Amino acid sequence: MSQTIRIAPLTRIEGHAALDIHLDQDGDVSEARMTVMSLRGFEKFVVGRPVEEVPRIVTRICGICPWQHHLASTKAAEACLGVTPTPTATKLRELCQMLATIPDKILHFYFLAAPDFVLGPDSDPAGRNVVGLVGAAPELARKAALMRYKTQMGLEKFAGKVIHPVAVLVGGFSKPLMEEDRRELTALAQEALAFSLESVKLAREQIFPKYLKLFQELGEYPSAYLGLVNPDDGAMALYDGIFRLMDQDGSYDEFPASDYLAHLAEKVEPWSYLKFPYMRKSGRLVMDEKAPVGVYRTNCLARVNVCEGISTPQAHGELEIFRREFGRPAHQAFLYHWARLIELVHCCERALELLADPEIMGRDIRTQPIAPRAGEGVGCVEAPRGSLIYHLKTDHEGMVTAANLLAGTTHNNAGMNLSLKQAAKTAIRGGVYDQGLLNTVEMCVRAYDP
Amino acid sequence: MVTIAEEWLNSCSGCEIALLNLGETLLDLLPDLSFVHIPVLADNKYYGQTGERSALEIPKAQVGIISGGVRNEEHLEVLHVMRKQTDILVALGTCATEGGIPALANLTSTASMREMVYRGQPSTVPGPDPDTEAHHLPRMLERCDALHQHVAVDLSIPGCPPHPDWIAEAIGALLAGRAPKLPSRSVCDGCPTYRTGKSSSPALHRLLDQPAYDADQGLDAMQCLLEQGFMCLGPVTRRGCGGRTGSPRCISARVPCRGCYGRISAHTMPMVDYVGALTSVGQNFAAMPDKQGYLSRFDGSEAILKKLED
Ligand code: SF4
Ligand code: SF4
Ligand code: SF4
Repeated sequence: MSQTIRIAPLTRIEGHAALDIHLDQDGDVSEARMTVMSLRGFEKFVVGRPVEEVPRIVTRICGICPWQHHLASTKAAEACLGVTPTPTATKLRELCQMLATIPDKILHFYFLAAPDFVLGPDSDPAGRNVVGLVGAAPELARKAALMRYKTQMGLEKFAGKVIHPVAVLVGGFSKPLMEEDRRELTALAQEALAFSLESVKLAREQIFPKYLKLFQELGEYPSAYLGLVNPDDGAMALYDGIFRLMDQDGSYDEFPASDYLAHLAEKVEPWSYLKFPYMRKSGRLVMDEKAPVGVYRTNCLARVNVCEGISTPQAHGELEIFRREFGRPAHQAFLYHWARLIELVHCCERALELLADPEIMGRDIRTQPIAPRAGEGVGCVEAPRGSLIYHLKTDHEGMVTAANLLAGTTHNNAGMNLSLKQAAKTAIRGGVYDQGLLNTVEMCVRAYDP
Repeated sequence: MVTIAEEWLNSCSGCEIALLNLGETLLDLLPDLSFVHIPVLADNKYYGQTGERSALEIPKAQVGIISGGVRNEEHLEVLHVMRKQTDILVALGTCATEGGIPALANLTSTASMREMVYRGQPSTVPGPDPDTEAHHLPRMLERCDALHQHVAVDLSIPGCPPHPDWIAEAIGALLAGRAPKLPSRSVCDGCPTYRTGKSSSPALHRLLDQPAYDADQGLDAMQCLLEQGFMCLGPVTRRGCGGRTGSPRCISARVPCRGCYGRISAHTMPMVDYVGALTSVGQNFAAMPDKQGYLSRFDGSEAILKKLED
């Protein structure tokens, strides 16, 4: 008798989804899907709002990466209005993005993912969480908790509000960085850098080797990758750059965000509220783990794959270690965890660079005056969960008339579904499964940090 | 020891991050708390760990905490199960207490939203829409509601997100068996800016313009942003975003309040009261653009929103 296993909710992730695993009469997996359970429709209700208010509304799409929504939507609004932010403001924004990304990555690695690694994928689910982690590795857990907390609070002290920020304004930034802020944030970023280097070393030496083989069987398939790079040297770019869409064989197309429609399309599937982006040039999307068509992935593994290098030395050193081991592009879903920690190091280093840049202390924080006008524009940044694209249009009063949004987790929708299907088919056979096995399957989705 | 079940409905997870932003306070409280269900951090499943049950279950707990509003049938089901399984139900965050920003969806019909998202976007290749009949997908409701519109709520902690101080106060009070002391009155009440009693600006400013202030001086040397013409919603918004001791957060960032703590009380009408606030500084309410978008940005489950053209 065929049967469907529903695992709901998907846990220790940042969104709302369920797994449906269909078994055929032999108890083998015939289909496995990640279903996103709701639609919130921000694109619809920002229409009619003043365009400069959009960055204060769309933050509520995600409480974990609100800064990236704040930034990408501001860039799109600026493109509509024909405004360029001042150089100081641009640096302040990038600094905030780096500082906001640090606690996000700590949260994912230590609070959401690490319970599987430290306590084991098939340990008792009642204790397989951060509280269990505190019990098993109290010092490490406390340290991670405090580091996450301190960076959140440091950013809040400077920028006023850290969850659902308000400091990025069309044309610039709301306040300058003062010497006292600079000193405090520098000390904080130094501490975060030391912690990040420790984390990547710990993971590389003690955690990942244990799981790599298991997850090689469960989750490796070739796909394309999307991420921003610096137009001059192809280095990883988180705040600004051009898109590089790299094929399975390492060849790539490059395009500015404003051309996204020529390269990306989205499919609607009747079984999920979340759409499925794919490469337009493939003409279609086929989510078959053996012969995928049109599938590209985004987020940290994609960024690590598409870039020529990383501009900061310690992160670049980690990238070289990674590439020696896994080549380029690396396809294993589990490697998202590794790539995430490389980026964590980069964000700390980059924050320190920005804090040492005299221009960031400037007082020219905002381009003025700004007049409403009819326009159209695309803005993007790299969010922890992937490339984040906003496309806005305004009327002559600067009111929004159209909005389109492609968020990080959305780009990865097809990729996560493929990983899930592959893992489920490998792990579950002949109708034999238990909670540990199902959690192992869930870990393949969790790696993407959706 | 208090048992807690936590759920997020139509939420963004910011309220859960605010919970984590209790920092060391949370680590210190942990030995006294037992989370029996909290999807963002732990693995308890509605249908059992191997999907063996057919009905959605959540374990019993003394305290239930829910963030996010109600937007689809699954949210509604989870809400009712949470109400049944918990003794004290807490609405955490403005989405749960008044709808929050997602309730701006009440400006539009669900059908037109779906039409735009699944058919009307330049990147989207239309196909068969998400189908709740054929697949195990919860049906969307016509509106986005606050929790109290469907079940009795014992304690409301507004804020988008709530300041960790108030979450700590609520948990502390529940542990001690006393009533929590949460802020009332308006954001202006805790705002250090100086006021002259009249507007320094002949017209209202959108956030395209830059407020005047001296960055080398504190907030008390900045003139009230409403007086500067910036449509600050402090007068019609509940106080508390700065925590026990801090200044209002947006004001600290030198930008006007947009109302994220919701109405000062359930009985106030921001749309009406703001006419008075603008008049008192010599500004004209009629000149304000997008009134619903400013004044009902966070209370869309309570306000009667005029629907946009679909
Ligand atoms: S109240 Fe704000 S922070 Fe909380 S879930 Fe709603 S949007 Fe997110
Ligand atoms: S209107 Fe705004 S700036 Fe003025 S006192 Fe109130 S909160 Fe402060
Ligand atoms: S000032 Fe207003 S919008 Fe800003 S955090 Fe406080 S209540 Fe929310």
